[in-house]
Amino acid sequence: MLEKGLTGSNLYKGWMAFLLCLIGVGVLSYSQQYQYGLGYTGMSRDVSWGLYISQFTFLVGVAAGGLMLVLPYYVHDYKAFGRITILGEFMAIGAVVMCLLFIMADLGQPIRALNVMLHPTTHSMLFYDMIVLNGYLILNVLCGWVVLNAHQKGVKYPKWIKPFIYLSIPWAISIHTVTAFLYCGLPGRHFWLTAILAPRFLASAFAAGPALLMIIAMILKRTTKFDIGREAQDKLVTIIGYAALVNFFFVGCELFVGYYSNLPGHMHTLDYLFFGLEHDGHMYNNLVPFMRFSTVAGLVGIPLLFISRSQKSDGMLVAACSLVFVSLWIDKGLGLVLGGFVPNPLNYITEYYPSIGEIAITVGIWATGFFVMSLLYKIAITVTLESES
Amino acid sequence: MYDMKKILPGLIIFAGLMTFPIWYNGGDAGTLPKPEKPSNAKECVRPTEYMRTSHMQLLNEFRDTVVRESERGAIKEAGGVTYDDKSLMLGCMKCHVSKKKFCDECHTYAAVKPYCWDCHIQPKETN
Amino acid sequence: MDSKRRKFLKIAGLGAIAGVTAPMAFNSLLKGEAFASGGHGHEAAEHGSAHKDAVPQGKQYGLVVDVKKFGNQPGLGRKCIHACHSLHNVPDFGNKKDEIKWIWIEKYENAFTEHSHYKRNEELHKMPIMTLCNHCANPPCVRACPTQATFKNKDGIVMMDYHRCIGCRFCMAACPYGARSFNWRSPRGANELGKPFIKRINPDYPTRMRGVVEKCTLCNERLAHGKLPACVEASNGAMVFGDLNDPGSAINKVLSENFTIQRKPSAGTNPSIFYIL
Repeated sequence: MLEKGLTGSNLYKGWMAFLLCLIGVGVLSYSQQYQYGLGYTGMSRDVSWGLYISQFTFLVGVAAGGLMLVLPYYVHDYKAFGRITILGEFMAIGAVVMCLLFIMADLGQPIRALNVMLHPTTHSMLFYDMIVLNGYLILNVLCGWVVLNAHQKGVKYPKWIKPFIYLSIPWAISIHTVTAFLYCGLPGRHFWLTAILAPRFLASAFAAGPALLMIIAMILKRTTKFDIGREAQDKLVTIIGYAALVNFFFVGCELFVGYYSNLPGHMHTLDYLFFGLEHDGHMYNNLVPFMRFSTVAGLVGIPLLFISRSQKSDGMLVAACSLVFVSLWIDKGLGLVLGGFVPNPLNYITEYYPSIGEIAITVGIWATGFFVMSLLYKIAITVTLESES
Repeated sequence: MYDMKKILPGLIIFAGLMTFPIWYNGGDAGTLPKPEKPSNAKECVRPTEYMRTSHMQLLNEFRDTVVRESERGAIKEAGGVTYDDKSLMLGCMKCHVSKKKFCDECHTYAAVKPYCWDCHIQPKETN
Repeated sequence: MDSKRRKFLKIAGLGAIAGVTAPMAFNSLLKGEAFASGGHGHEAAEHGSAHKDAVPQGKQYGLVVDVKKFGNQPGLGRKCIHACHSLHNVPDFGNKKDEIKWIWIEKYENAFTEHSHYKRNEELHKMPIMTLCNHCANPPCVRACPTQATFKNKDGIVMMDYHRCIGCRFCMAACPYGARSFNWRSPRGANELGKPFIKRINPDYPTRMRGVVEKCTLCNERLAHGKLPACVEASNGAMVFGDLNDPGSAINKVLSENFTIQRKPSAGTNPSIFYIL
């Protein structure tokens, strides 16, 4: 089936060439980082994780969000999702690939990465993260490929794959739970030390993943004959909308606990993210515009989502999904990880600005993920359209 | 067989490229390395034969016992001489005084690059 | 009916699998936890944590820092820092972003963030607080490390195995004391003016390489040869070193005779560094 990804329209080829260029720039930048060390990035002693780990965290969510596309069809036999389950599985593959690449890009000694398996450490959450992420990748490659193969032959998928499909559902929850546990088990970081971090991660994941899928589906509807169908589209709006609402509810809970309890440790990071934090006569607020935009985008995006459904407007739907996606990306892909380091354990404030090369590597990894996703989607769509005609 | 005309030349080119180093050097193994032995000691902590093949395992063992188990304990060689430290810098290199003439000699020949000296400090080369 | 039964069996089977594996996983997690805390407990009562191991096992080296003595002898702190950093080839990059430090001077309000700073005596705010790895009895960094590159050794020291560190910096996020530094670039290099980051390399101690985390290891290499940690030796009696689990040790005598505090006791880490203010 792979050969179906090698041919295509000029638009497809052009898109893939564009992604390859971005990947090329990323690879060049990474080779520089590899030579120099991680000082190549904007990270410092005080903000020791930056864009790489924050993107990783967000993309684990996108991968886990695939669950919301798979579960209705396989578990509840919801036929309208027939066409998007495979898209969901392949999106998860692309997202996990990005996650693994971001982890590798963030390691000071990448060639020693396998030490995690060589010296398995059952009390480290990173050990479990390694297991669940790789497991999820394998599960999705397996399920997606087998189901698509059956589809091509015009038969129902074989029975033996069912347990793997069922397994992939709790597994999706586990990847994001374990990723939240990386943060919320650390005693010295107040902003992360919250029991609703894992639920909040899941809520934002179940909104961000399907939102991205919806945007992709709308692009496919425009550029190919592939249409996921009105019913699936409408159901997705419900999923995205409610998940995003739950996420905002959780954010509200955090704000309440922080400000009503009046505990300085709980308030500092929230201050820094939404209002700016003053220290020694200097105002630190480089994330404030982003966080405020995130809030506004969410508040506008969610109602717009439901309006677009009643108006049956695809244009408005794409706009709404983009707003929700960007809102959640800022919330989790920037604020959550970077904010957690401010102030540092000694109450000093160091602000983080990513370096140009760091951004190039980040874009390169995103492009790699989209390259993988595009290739898989091309195959899936060609197979689907062929088997139907 | 399909595409025999393409596969066969392809295989031949592949085999040729893979064996390039052998025929480029005319089957000659080059000059064999001659690591310089210490002048002040006759016997190492383990028999020469063992050291030649397995010094890296022994160094790893030293590393783990010293760093992880805090067992720096003295080591006795066959001839009865005791060495104080299970240490590369403070042990091995006290006899094998030149990294260039001892370590590098074989490592360069075998094209291996151990990362010891990224952190550990090599003794000053005398010439 | 058949399909119903099959469905039931499936669910029951999955339930059984989960029932068997979950406790196993949980057990191993708890065991790991026990390993991480290493059995180097302090007396629980002293730290107000009722559920921690009350019986001290093995050694737990620690320090008492007499802040007043450091305050009375200007330059003493810097002398200790120099003793440590020059001995251990700690580089000086000349900027905050790349900074690496094993022991340093902190202000009271930054070292003791949990204590009140309101209406404290002037003198206290000017005191130089010697800050270093706390060699916690229950270190979060050790719990977080995915390769056991940082671990509790048999003397209760939180050790670093630089050979094994993959540079994920999880330990830096986990440390509540900001005691860990990362080699953002090669410490063996030099700045644009050609000034090396390590002014004079001590040939008897390794440097580190780029991409690994480093910190104070309580001079375990000196302890092995019966010497005191370099900072303690340089401190002119302002720092006392010893085994906290040995009731007869000098450090326990100092602790029983003085009012001391630890940094962030509420983090549940049981720091082994005590301060006399």
